[in-house]
Amino acid sequence: MSGSQFSLLDGDVCGDERHLTIEDYSSAVPRWCPGCGDHSALGAMQRLLESEQLKREKTVFCSGIGCSSRFPHYLKTYGFHGLHGRALPVATGIKMTRPDLNVFAIMGDGDCCSIGLGHWLHAVRYNVDMVAMLLDNNIYGLTKNQTSPTTPQGHKSNTQQQGSYLPALNPLSATLGITNCSFVAQTSDWTPAHLFQTLKAAFHHKGFSFVRVLQRCPHFTAGIYQDAVRHPDNVELLTHSAGICEPEAEGLYKNHISHDPSDLHEARRLAEGGNGKFRLGLFFRDESRPRYNETRALPKYTAEEKIEILNAELDRYAV
Amino acid sequence: MEPEVLHCSEHTVEVVSDSGEGAQKCGQIFGSVSAKMGNGVWTVEIIPAEIQPPARNAAGASGNRIRIGTQTVTNWGDRANVVVAFNEQVLLARHRLEALAEDAVIFLEDMWEKHEDEKVRAEWQAGLEELSRARYRIIRVPMEEICLTVVDDARKGKNMFALGLLCAVYTRDMAKVKAQIVHQFRSKSDEVRERNIQLVELGVRWAEEHLPFRIQVPPTESDRPMVVMNGNEAVGMGAMAAGMDYMAMYPITPATSVSHYLAEAFHKAGGVVHQAEDEIAAVGCAIGASFAGKVAFTVTSGPGLALKTEFIGLATMTETPLVVVDVQRGGPSTGLPTKVEQADLLAALFGQPGDAPKVIIAPATIEECFHSMITARRIAEAFRCVVMVLTDANLATGVQPFPRPKLDPRWQARQPDQGPVPKDTRPYEWDARSGLSRRFIPGQPEGMFVATGLSHDEASRVSYVAATNALGLKMRSRKMAVLSETLKPPEVRGDRSGDLLVVGWGSTKGAIEEAVDRARAKGLKVSSTHLTFLAPMQPGLKEIFSRFKKVMTVEINHSDELNDPFVTKENRRLSQLCWLLRAHTLVDVDCWSRCFGEPLRPDHIFGGIERMFTKGGQR
Repeated sequence: MSGSQFSLLDGDVCGDERHLTIEDYSSAVPRWCPGCGDHSALGAMQRLLESEQLKREKTVFCSGIGCSSRFPHYLKTYGFHGLHGRALPVATGIKMTRPDLNVFAIMGDGDCCSIGLGHWLHAVRYNVDMVAMLLDNNIYGLTKNQTSPTTPQGHKSNTQQQGSYLPALNPLSATLGITNCSFVAQTSDWTPAHLFQTLKAAFHHKGFSFVRVLQRCPHFTAGIYQDAVRHPDNVELLTHSAGICEPEAEGLYKNHISHDPSDLHEARRLAEGGNGKFRLGLFFRDESRPRYNETRALPKYTAEEKIEILNAELDRYAV
Repeated sequence: MEPEVLHCSEHTVEVVSDSGEGAQKCGQIFGSVSAKMGNGVWTVEIIPAEIQPPARNAAGASGNRIRIGTQTVTNWGDRANVVVAFNEQVLLARHRLEALAEDAVIFLEDMWEKHEDEKVRAEWQAGLEELSRARYRIIRVPMEEICLTVVDDARKGKNMFALGLLCAVYTRDMAKVKAQIVHQFRSKSDEVRERNIQLVELGVRWAEEHLPFRIQVPPTESDRPMVVMNGNEAVGMGAMAAGMDYMAMYPITPATSVSHYLAEAFHKAGGVVHQAEDEIAAVGCAIGASFAGKVAFTVTSGPGLALKTEFIGLATMTETPLVVVDVQRGGPSTGLPTKVEQADLLAALFGQPGDAPKVIIAPATIEECFHSMITARRIAEAFRCVVMVLTDANLATGVQPFPRPKLDPRWQARQPDQGPVPKDTRPYEWDARSGLSRRFIPGQPEGMFVATGLSHDEASRVSYVAATNALGLKMRSRKMAVLSETLKPPEVRGDRSGDLLVVGWGSTKGAIEEAVDRARAKGLKVSSTHLTFLAPMQPGLKEIFSRFKKVMTVEINHSDELNDPFVTKENRRLSQLCWLLRAHTLVDVDCWSRCFGEPLRPDHIFGGIERMFTKGGQR
């Protein structure tokens, strides 16, 4: 076997050599509404790209459809703005065949938790090495105010005008319930430093890093996190030396829960919530889980080697 | 006494049993051995839809038809000349379908006559009564009794006994038979292989002791190296020969065996079969892999194609190369999962909302299944488009020998370009004449762009400007016109003009040509042509059609009959290629189509052709 054919992939031929600034990672001016949580998430992501000095040509952002899925358009990297709910299959195909690329999947709550739910749960199980960010504003924004799976029960929308009929789906519990889950964190749009640190931890985790960002839609769900924004007492921060350490948030929020992120059982209990408080931080991390992009890595053969193998295969069918 | 030897240029054999009794294995080995001896071969599986239908049930008949010839065999023929049946009910199923020749020789397991269950005995009596009205030569064989001398459960042994019997009747090369058994059962224990060979020998001995005849279908000496495989294997092997190494799929009959084959072969040859969580994810992963520099493919069948619809539109819109193999089966909905139908031509072509131009190739033979994958990969990459390869259940499971391909390194996909993109080049910098543009691949410096399913300009910026949308539509469509310029008009078999031209596509080619040859031998002025490219269409069709008084398609899908209630010339619904050709050529094309869940038989097609002459057809 020879790896020579992949030299073009493995070597950095002539990417960015100089130090890149946030502007270098920025593309078009975002067209989200003022006050949209997506701005905060984009800012944190640009900071991550800059602080890690990720090669722009080696980075791919995949998204589905919705306000949040415009995300790749505002970054100067490769991007794939695909179908509603289907960011993860595309991202999976990219990472399986190109392990050298940094892959991110950006989804909204309709994208991830409704139309694309099957892909989400299976992606957790595949544990392909990527960062999956759920920008969860509890509503369909682009299509103008329809109930999503994470809309709080009773919240009025255009499709459920008497108030959402069903209890909201809990994305953290769902993710933590899936076999082979390896990284689950929650952060928010109003804690930008914590958001950045969470993305950083997610990026450095080897495996499928699921990050839920609690965020507001200024038009349709402006008030849903008011309790947390105005009253820091309503937030509980998960802290641990192996978790996400961010001094600003730790100073602002006095309620700390020391949680060892290797404890899945406790992570599931904390994710359930129950006391009306918003919990931010790293719920679970386990790098020992098998990663599908490694177990199913593409072997490297040259064209000549493949022909030799194929000829041997044809021998088996020879008359 | 020396047995009498019947010399034939071709013969058709069927082996039928309850599902699970291994008739298919018997038929496959008999077919493969015959091919390896140099006979022309075409095999078709007779498959029930259920894994374990009730025993002794006509609907559950499972098995294989093997047509062997001195020359190349291109279809499954008309009626079987020799049948091995493990019970009278599965035999009756074939009898009632008029699948057996009037003078067919039938080897029938006769344990049922003295079965302990009175109901079974009664069925046997009634069955034989029904069969006695035909002129078959039924030879009773105590298969169960003989097999029980070697195995405890004769259900696991009769197929090999039957194989031995057939191999003796057709004087097959026993060394090749044994080698094929070793190959077929390579994953089983030595003990299993030895026992199977022992059962085959029992079958041979029974034939030698009881049968006063042998059948000779002499093979043709050939110095061309040949290979023998089924269509799904050929698709998988073609994909490897094309250098494709990423296939994402979701299990669906009758496409799945491509993945079974590739799961084994890719493992050695450097590729990955990704079993995705659903049909949609499968095509999504393939598109992701293609975006990242591959030409990936996915394999599916009708219901799966329906689910992949939106993603195929996205690949078209983003101009991401993609190969979709659709092994067609009976539809609509779940339809006939194991049976053949040329069901998806229009769905493949028009499945997407909006205009989604794509390439559709329909291989007609097992050999073309192999080569079409190489063509598909190249077109998908060069034209940045979706290429659909439409095979069907007939090709998927049919086995046929063909000249061994001489593998060419140029067929192999090149490694993705990772050099920098020239400054100021845009990701959809459409050449104004051809609509073609350079493909950017992640990893290429200066090429960063966001592919999007939204209407976009040449820089891939989202644009709602009408003129930009119109330009994109025009450019994506233009590529098809360019491709059609590179295609040749289809060849006409027979005279270049005449009374009737029969047009076909896909797996029906051999049967159509055999029927047309018969019609010509009877003096009818009929020719045929067969389309490999369904989109874009091969050039010159209108001109070819103009040389014939009538044109009709022959297809395995539904069309209304003019004498059906309420059906008129105006409201008649036509077969799929027929619709297309009428739109494409403005010629008043007629159709003769059947979907019985079986491949077309030459004698049936011949009947359709004759009717065109006697009744003036359906116009």
